[in-house]
Amino acid sequence: MSGVKRFVSRLLQLVFVLWAVATILFLIFRLMPGSPLAAYIDPTFTEEQQRILMARFGLDRPLFEQYLIYLWNLLHGDLGESFFYRQPVGERVLMLLPNTLVLSLFSIILAYMIGVVGGAYLAWKRGSFVEGATIPFVLTTRAMPEFWLGMVLLAVFSFSLGWFPAGGMRTAGSEYPSLLALYTSGDFWRHLFLPALTLAIYFHGLPLLLMRSNMLDVMSEDFVTMARIKGLSNWTIVVRHAARNALLPVATSLAIAIGYQMQGSVVVETVFSWPGLGRELVRAVSASDYPLAQGAFLLIAVVVILMNLLADLLYGLLDPRISHA
Amino acid sequence: MPSETATTTQAAYPSRLNAFVSGLWRIVRSIHLPLSDPFAMIGIIIYLVFFLVAVFANQIAPHDPTEILFTESYDLAADRLPGEDGFVLGTTSLGRDIFSQLVYGSQSALLIGLTAAAVVAVIGTIVGLISGYFGGVVDMMLMRLADIAFGIPFLPFVIVLAAFMEPSIWNVVFAMALILWRDTGRVVRSQVLSLRTRAYVEAARVSGSSNLKIVFRHIAPNILPLSFLYGSIAIGWAILTEASISFLGFGDPETISWGYMLQDAYASQALSTGAYYWFIPPGVCIVLVVVAGFFISRGYEEILFPKLKE
Repeated sequence: MSGVKRFVSRLLQLVFVLWAVATILFLIFRLMPGSPLAAYIDPTFTEEQQRILMARFGLDRPLFEQYLIYLWNLLHGDLGESFFYRQPVGERVLMLLPNTLVLSLFSIILAYMIGVVGGAYLAWKRGSFVEGATIPFVLTTRAMPEFWLGMVLLAVFSFSLGWFPAGGMRTAGSEYPSLLALYTSGDFWRHLFLPALTLAIYFHGLPLLLMRSNMLDVMSEDFVTMARIKGLSNWTIVVRHAARNALLPVATSLAIAIGYQMQGSVVVETVFSWPGLGRELVRAVSASDYPLAQGAFLLIAVVVILMNLLADLLYGLLDPRISHA
Repeated sequence: MPSETATTTQAAYPSRLNAFVSGLWRIVRSIHLPLSDPFAMIGIIIYLVFFLVAVFANQIAPHDPTEILFTESYDLAADRLPGEDGFVLGTTSLGRDIFSQLVYGSQSALLIGLTAAAVVAVIGTIVGLISGYFGGVVDMMLMRLADIAFGIPFLPFVIVLAAFMEPSIWNVVFAMALILWRDTGRVVRSQVLSLRTRAYVEAARVSGSSNLKIVFRHIAPNILPLSFLYGSIAIGWAILTEASISFLGFGDPETISWGYMLQDAYASQALSTGAYYWFIPPGVCIVLVVVAGFFISRGYEEILFPKLKE
């Protein structure tokens, strides 16, 4: 299949999955028992006021019509209005998205730096004591609940040692003229460090194990043997020849990792009171703020789906030997 | 005569026991437990220990995990340090015995882990078998379903689901059954695609075996280790997910689980008071059980992909 055709079919698949996820979400939120407005309607409201409200949210119409309205609104980027904040959901979630993305990206970069270097090193040290001891350790970091790791780091470095703030994104009361000013301030980075470290420790195992096994594959190939025969130093072989080729699949996994990170951020953001999308989802669900929960979920899903697509495309682009059936 | 009946039952009992043991052994062999791999052995031993703790929880735990305890002088036994007043791991800020909670936590962890793993492995394997063997429209539909499952962020989905359903540990199992079959399904499918072209499958077809027989008699046994590989990973996923859900406050408040203990500790300011004895042990238990699954799956990988071993 030609590249363009594959791209188009992959794009159609993306639209299909987005539609399916939106539909499933609609069904979950509408078919569940209880009025979705229970949290919104004050007991002091009169019948008349309640009816007006129901009409305003379109809840007096038949289910299928509600579904069509829902899809129509989604297409226009209208996610409804938050019950709690009395503010458009779209506005609210887009305000929180950058906070989550900064945390995710920074921790992913950290994880991949540790992972790629560590993986290459372990492949080089194949069969040594270092490798034997490190692999079970790495597997153990993959087995930790992220929130527990966060709790331990928080207890040690924040509460016991007092090196880092105990949560949030900035010191209470501090004001910044713009998002950029906030993100470049030292205060922000001090707050970012522990949650990012938590996610990085949890996530470095994926690139590390991948890099290691790719390196082992590459190291047994002819061109590496050739380099050895030429008398190149071990360092040159590992860094200039083997690592470059082993990096391809690792780069692809980056996109998928960002998608997973968005999901993992739900718990880590809660532990560190990080004002992001994941924590907002948890709070919205707890407070029965359905439009907000729905919006936050959809946005996370969109990022996951987009990253899956990106990984697929990157895979074909970086390694032309891969043909898609 | 009582003595005669005793001997006959004794004679009948061992043979039935033998049949049972040999049957069990055949099953164990057919799933190719990776007994030669030291890591896998460690994993299996960890499982065995937790299994025994879960089964004998009543005997091991000194207290009821939810009981609020008092000292002999009728003071609330809250925030006791490990060893103080005879509490092995101390007590919570509400006066509950941490060690007993830990012991009972193994029950829900294993219950959730094993059922979820079984459900994920079974659904994934069946989907993969059907999709890979029959191909065509069925394959297309099942794989589009897998695409959708891949598009749903798992943990947020469990949160939304848990919020609408009665709080129960089964929510996690249900959500995993709905979503996480996708990985197993895809891998099994690709394996079946290559197996179905093998000569022995062709031979079975020529000799008149039905499709059903070919799939379940000839192909399925060859992908069982693969199902178990994904099953042993799913145990860890289930326990981690349950812990996360409980930590976020959507768990079953009636069930003592390690996630519930961590949520309790976090909400009770155990972090700022430095009550490490409260929140370290449940986390360590989770890590041990999950890592045991990883170790076992590594053993399976070496059976499945011997190239890795070199």
